[in-house]
Amino acid sequence: MSLLYQIFIDPFVQMGTAPDLLVQTLWEGLVAGVLYALIALGFVLIFKASGVFNFAQGIMVVFSALTLVGLYAHGVPAFLALALTIAVMFALAFAIERLVLRPLVNQADIILFMATFGLTYILIGSGELIFGGDPKVMITDQLLLPSGSYSIKMLGGFVQMQKIDVAAAVIASLMVATLAVFFQKTRIGRALRAVADSHRAALSVGISLEYIWVIVWFAAGIVALATGIMWGARSNVSFALEIIALKALPVLILGGLTSIPGAIVGGVIIGVGEKLGEFYWGPLFGSGIESWLAYVIALIFLLFRPQGLFGERIIERI
Amino acid sequence: MFYREAGQYKTSYQADQALFPIRQDQIGFLLILAVAFILVPLTASDFVLDSILIPVLVLSLAAIGLNMLTGYTGLLSLGTGGFMGVGAFACYKLATFFPGINIVVLIICSGFLAAAAGIVFGLPSLRIKGFYLAVATLASQFFLSWCFIRIPWLYNYNISASIEVPARTLFGIPITGPNATAVTRYLIVLTIVAIMTWLASNLIRGRIGRTWMAVRDMDIAAELMGIKLYPTKLLAFAVSSFYCGVAGAMLVFLWLGNAESESFSINQSFLVLFMVIIGGLGSLLGSFFGATLIYGLPIVLRMIKTNWDLAITSANLEHINFIILGTLIILFLIAEPNGLARLWQIGKQKLRVWPFPY
Repeated sequence: MSLLYQIFIDPFVQMGTAPDLLVQTLWEGLVAGVLYALIALGFVLIFKASGVFNFAQGIMVVFSALTLVGLYAHGVPAFLALALTIAVMFALAFAIERLVLRPLVNQADIILFMATFGLTYILIGSGELIFGGDPKVMITDQLLLPSGSYSIKMLGGFVQMQKIDVAAAVIASLMVATLAVFFQKTRIGRALRAVADSHRAALSVGISLEYIWVIVWFAAGIVALATGIMWGARSNVSFALEIIALKALPVLILGGLTSIPGAIVGGVIIGVGEKLGEFYWGPLFGSGIESWLAYVIALIFLLFRPQGLFGERIIERI
Repeated sequence: MFYREAGQYKTSYQADQALFPIRQDQIGFLLILAVAFILVPLTASDFVLDSILIPVLVLSLAAIGLNMLTGYTGLLSLGTGGFMGVGAFACYKLATFFPGINIVVLIICSGFLAAAAGIVFGLPSLRIKGFYLAVATLASQFFLSWCFIRIPWLYNYNISASIEVPARTLFGIPITGPNATAVTRYLIVLTIVAIMTWLASNLIRGRIGRTWMAVRDMDIAAELMGIKLYPTKLLAFAVSSFYCGVAGAMLVFLWLGNAESESFSINQSFLVLFMVIIGGLGSLLGSFFGATLIYGLPIVLRMIKTNWDLAITSANLEHINFIILGTLIILFLIAEPNGLARLWQIGKQKLRVWPFPY
């Protein structure tokens, strides 16, 4: 009986008595969710256009952030380093298309999935070899990102908001908006959607798959760079960050593998759910339930909608 | 020229359906068994047994388990490490509760507990498919890893949160614990792996294996042909987890001697998946090839370094290993997406028609 009370009543009583804490938790969940959503966005871009489940997205985040910080440490001015990092991500996209995707075109999904594992290893190895494995500090001030925090008085208490978190939320929304416009309005965007619908049909109307894939992987690289800067500003830049890619996977399946809005909504649901669960129900189970709670939330949603919340309806024919 | 089945007539269905219908295969297989059971224990050093042969055999068994799920039934799973962990921890608890029962029996029993866990986590597989299922199986991986750390009962409230293998004997010879020699442990592992591989090959050639393959090729069509999807998929999860569980129990009891949750982390799941894909999806032989390659590559690279006395720090060597491993995975996939097992088949076919091109 007391266990039931602890599970079903007590957390809500806590929420009611300390609404400022609740708002604080919700805010933290929201920010974490936005960042998960950014990683998931990188996955979705690539999956939509090439059908590749890109496991290397998480390591691309780390790699781009490391490149940026490493270039700055070698005396390159911050914004030049940013530009150079973008150039590196383009070179990476080009190399991946030429050396990995092109020889493997038309192979089964699982083979391409596996190839991105190989890519992950290469990126981890070369990243550590070039930049070293020790954690580095992200150059937030030099990139003119705000630091410090707002303290807002509300509901009989104070709610702390890190300025960098606010910036992250703004940048993420801008990025999604830009991508949406890019997909809907531009010539390349239309070609991307055509490729996503059907490779063969796209080829037959004269869209070059190679060209599209480079662009998509480049876009995913840019998203990875933005994610890397934001995550790096919250903690340090190191290979420990790659674990966040695993946290983005439930976001991905919750929102649907093919949906950009799904990635955002899924990210927020997972982020908020995870923080609420950890804060109010965590003490009951012992700490660390964050590691699997997100997956369980996603699994529950999937049981009702197997294609995710916003995924295209899966139609199977014989 | 030497590998040709001309003139070998089958006079009964039994002979035609034998595991190795070709005489050269039978001889070759017996030779391999003889080498593995007699020559290797007599000649190999403890180092070779302990750090190469035992791990490769144990990991091959895990790869066979995953291959039945992913290669034969087409259900992509990333939870292998978790199921291996269930086997290991179950075996440890069983050994604590029933000190009198033979440890080999307990290792097999722990497989059944892993199978039960597999069934529970396989429940969503009817509705969830493809990559969605792969991510869903990650849920089991993370949940089980969490259990291995946070439930102290599982490791008998040991302060180091690791499980220590108790010393046990078989016919008076120590087979687990610090006193067991590498040769005895190798022979036990080899026997279990050989028997379970034989069972797996018969399972796959029989009705159950065919229903699995039908489900893999197209599950709706299989359902229309009268195959009940849910029991079939759950059975695949159960059998696969059984194999993984036994492999996990052997990993701790007959190879490492002690282990903690880190041995059954997500990285272990990925490694086994590599073995299955590089070795060849839907091939038992491929599981062995894959395990040998993925486990052996880092060892070979390290040996190259020590033998040639290259001036690389060990940390850098680790990173270079990563790069080489990643590159090789991609190269293998480009060269032969169907895995090493297909290369083996092609080689056999070449040998058959040699010296003529066809």
